[in-house]
Amino acid sequence: MAVTGLLLVLFLIAHMLGNLKIFAGPESFNHYAHWLRELGTPLLPAGWYLWLQRGVLLAALVAHIWAATMLAVRARAARPVRYAHRKKIQGSYAARTMRWGGVIIGLFVIYHILDLTTGHLNPVGDPTRPQANVVADFAPERWYVTLFYTLAVVALGFHLRHGAFSAFRSLGQQTPRGERRARNVALVFAVALTAGYLVVPFAVLIGLVR
Amino acid sequence: MNLTLRIWRQKGPEDKGRMVTYQVEDISPDMSFLEMLDVLNERLILADEEPVAFDHDCREGICGMCGLMINGDAHGPQRGTTACQLHMRQFSDGETIDIEPWRARAFPVIKDLVVNRGSFDKIIAAGGYITAPTGSAPEAHATPVPKADADAAFESAACIGCGACVAACPNGSGMLFTAAKVTQLSLLPQGQPERYTRVIGMVDAHDEAGFGGCTNAGECTVVCPKGIPLNTIGRLNRDYLAATAKSGGKPGS
Amino acid sequence: MDLYTEGDPIADTKAPEGPIETRWERRRFSAKLVNPANRRKMTVIVVGTGLAGGSAAATLAEQGYRVKSYCYQDSPRRAHSIAAQGGINAAKNYRNDGDSIHRLFYDTVKGGDFRSRESNVHRLAEVSVNIIDQCVAQGVPFAREYGGLLDTRSFGGAQVQRTFYARGQTGQQLLLGAYQALERQIGLGNVEMNSRHEMLELVVVDGKARGIVVRDLVTGEISTEMADAVVLASGGYGNVFYLSTNAKGCNVTATWRAHRKGAYFANPCYTQIHPTCIPVSGDHQSKLTLMSESLRNDGRVWVPKAKGDDRAPRDIPEDERDYYLERIYPSFGNLVPRDIASRAAKNVCDEGRGVGPTKLGVYLDFADAINRLGRKAIEAKYGNLFEMYERITGEDPYEVPMRIYPAVHYTMGGLWVDYDLQSTIPGLFVIGEANFSDHGANRLGASALMQGLADGYFVLPATIANYLAAGPFEAVDASHPAAVEARRDVEDRITRLLAVDGDRTVDSFHRELGQIMWEHCGMERSEAGLRKAIDEIRALRDQFWQRVRVPGDGEGLNQSLEKAGRVADFFELAELMCVDALHREESCGGHFRAEHQTPDGEAQRDDDRFAYVAAWEYTGTGEPAVLHKEDLKFEYVHPTQRSYK
Repeated sequence: MAVTGLLLVLFLIAHMLGNLKIFAGPESFNHYAHWLRELGTPLLPAGWYLWLQRGVLLAALVAHIWAATMLAVRARAARPVRYAHRKKIQGSYAARTMRWGGVIIGLFVIYHILDLTTGHLNPVGDPTRPQANVVADFAPERWYVTLFYTLAVVALGFHLRHGAFSAFRSLGQQTPRGERRARNVALVFAVALTAGYLVVPFAVLIGLVR
Repeated sequence: MNLTLRIWRQKGPEDKGRMVTYQVEDISPDMSFLEMLDVLNERLILADEEPVAFDHDCREGICGMCGLMINGDAHGPQRGTTACQLHMRQFSDGETIDIEPWRARAFPVIKDLVVNRGSFDKIIAAGGYITAPTGSAPEAHATPVPKADADAAFESAACIGCGACVAACPNGSGMLFTAAKVTQLSLLPQGQPERYTRVIGMVDAHDEAGFGGCTNAGECTVVCPKGIPLNTIGRLNRDYLAATAKSGGKPGS
Repeated sequence: MDLYTEGDPIADTKAPEGPIETRWERRRFSAKLVNPANRRKMTVIVVGTGLAGGSAAATLAEQGYRVKSYCYQDSPRRAHSIAAQGGINAAKNYRNDGDSIHRLFYDTVKGGDFRSRESNVHRLAEVSVNIIDQCVAQGVPFAREYGGLLDTRSFGGAQVQRTFYARGQTGQQLLLGAYQALERQIGLGNVEMNSRHEMLELVVVDGKARGIVVRDLVTGEISTEMADAVVLASGGYGNVFYLSTNAKGCNVTATWRAHRKGAYFANPCYTQIHPTCIPVSGDHQSKLTLMSESLRNDGRVWVPKAKGDDRAPRDIPEDERDYYLERIYPSFGNLVPRDIASRAAKNVCDEGRGVGPTKLGVYLDFADAINRLGRKAIEAKYGNLFEMYERITGEDPYEVPMRIYPAVHYTMGGLWVDYDLQSTIPGLFVIGEANFSDHGANRLGASALMQGLADGYFVLPATIANYLAAGPFEAVDASHPAAVEARRDVEDRITRLLAVDGDRTVDSFHRELGQIMWEHCGMERSEAGLRKAIDEIRALRDQFWQRVRVPGDGEGLNQSLEKAGRVADFFELAELMCVDALHREESCGGHFRAEHQTPDGEAQRDDDRFAYVAAWEYTGTGEPAVLHKEDLKFEYVHPTQRSYK
């Protein structure tokens, strides 16, 4: 979980930084998108790097989901009879929402690829003009898209908060002081990433980016 | 105080079990929770009903025998307190209290609120010790132990093996129990020779017993009557990673 | 009818004569050995998994014997040794404060009020040093100093610092050490562990202990288990008083059943009453909780001067308070030994000056200490104890004085054993609190853990070999007539208990028995009281067998049935305790006879008439027991009068 999660986190950071290029203007953003496809040339033929990265990400994602499913299956088997009096959550809310949060994020990723990668669900859907696709996506009249995007990103934030802390723990973080530090780092990181992803649609919504 | 109790009744391992409602009257706030159950049982016996079976022994919070899920809380609402030391002044008159056994596949119900925690013993038998046959010990002062290590080892050694961590864990994991013993022994110089075989053996026994996996949810440490900290699990993880790296997964090779 | 008759004297023939320092060494050398190949052919049953039983089972298995271990708890880790707080004595002399094996020996014989065997106590002191080595090697997290070496503290009855400890949970840590060694042997297949099993009868074949009858508490199944030797490590019988600091399940059944089969019971009346326990809060009380004796270092004990003074403690002015320990014992003050502090509390309560809702309590006041040292300092020293007190009573001891009262804590009496820890039944060994051997009439603090581990790790494994060297014994199985009879006795008794179908619960009888014992055979005993108690016990025992109600059946888990069997045995033991207390017309240690006190109210020993161990032989329920005396010789420590004024 920890290793695959960290790979996905690296992608999330790069992806967020790329998104923020939108504030540098349409040309810059479009250039970035094209550059992505050129990345790795001339060492590799054009587009190869991207597919390589996609392959690695997909493998990490599948492994991540596989591990999560195994944990969930084990947890179910470990408690065949449920409590009649449901427990209150006393540890961490983020920890207890990992599984549903993960499912929401998973569904979102599928939609997100169909929307902004392949363009099938995008009102513009022009692969040569990614900036226009984004602006069209989060137009005020398509508020429900923004809402779904927001929900998914918030879910991602929670997922990252516990995920990052838990990854430190799984990789052997072991002192009480380190635990406090790990929790703080996870929180700051989760908030930063959530904010980084949310500024784009909201900037479009209020017309800052057009 | 008058209370409504909803208690899990189950005749035996094969019985399906159900929550049954009882009324108890004239409960003194000075009673312990288990004394309140004693009162109920005395009345049930005289009314020709079967008393509620529950585990208990020392009734001073150290043997780890008692364990009840009280309103969804392992050992009840008071932190750092076992069910036997919980007193009725923590509840209010007229309250309804739900009492259930620990629920985990590795802790099958024997009867009513009594469960079998033998899997904990199996985890210890799989490595939770230092091999030191009687008579073979060197002079106690031969190996000084830094006070900080001794104190930290003690903190983990305080585990009473009650199983509240498993009961509270959303995954039904016994990792806090396992980690507490791993941590105690791996902090001491005497525990070093078996450090890595121990952690592999104990984690394997833990998984074999049917406990769930740890997701660091942290419910365990909240309900732990002895406050075993969550970071012991980090120590276990570190030893486990080191052990698998050192031996390619095969302890001792 | 006579309450008892006197039989032939009994002697311990196993302890060698000669210099006490080499007796244990010489005994070990003279004892026969069992060769390793033969050990594998021999089975030893160990009943109980506390410090004594757990350590013995682990050690015997390490030596190569086949071991079957039994406990009534759900895991061997839960035996009541786990609740011991203070520490464990050992003559390591790490402090260079003049400690030695001889001094520990001396203190223990004196602390036992000259009613213990010198040979045994000296061996205990010798072995004490090995125990600490053993436990450290097992990873017991003893308290340490900054230099990394073991810390020690002082404890009652000693002027040296020889008590090793692990915060307030020494018993827990030592027990877990033994438990882990035991689990290792279980994992290796050398020990067959049977938890949730209760021994209900001893099987004696041709005069030798050859097995036990046990009930599986989960399935209700009765089975007969055979072996070459049987070791009882089943603890003390303080629960005869119903309220005690013992665990709820502690019972006398294993040793009492052995007593009925011929093992003598020694000094049953010696009980230790601990002065600092949380008082009873009402009829619902099911057990008493000990507060560490260390509290008396800073707390001051007092009651109001006037009878029936109902004012809140803080409203009672200084000159209307009676700091009675400081008044009566000016030189020791609040730090007098356990038995003295307990009796003094009882006396002021008997005068009608007790405090709290039940009037059976005295104040232990920290106001002066808090003023002098500050709340922070008191918190650092006693924080966890204050918390525990508040959890149980709901009162904040920083604001209101604690209320304390004495409670039954430990029983020095037990099955009679010789130097080899063998009872009067060959092949039946008794270790730990279950035997009578080392503490005389009063046990010093931090000595119970020492004795349990000494017996289990070091003494029994050496001495039992001498017995087993004569084996392997003729094979007998559960179909032997003696085994069949023992099993039938167990089944009949269960049937009888279930058949009464009366109108009173087991607990109600147990509570009433406890009240009789506490009243007449507790902190102070008198001839009239003891005679009355014997009559009352007999009457109540008859009532029990006519009116007890045990619900359910013998199949499966039936906690009422378990309790009923234990209480039935307590009834028989209670009578013997009173007979023993009645016959011992002197005061010594934990046994205080009102008729035998010095003019200023202290215990008056009678060494001319009573310097012996009273070993009782069973003749039948309600029948006069036979007294066998084992004379005690004091060659190294000469009896003196204790004084703490």
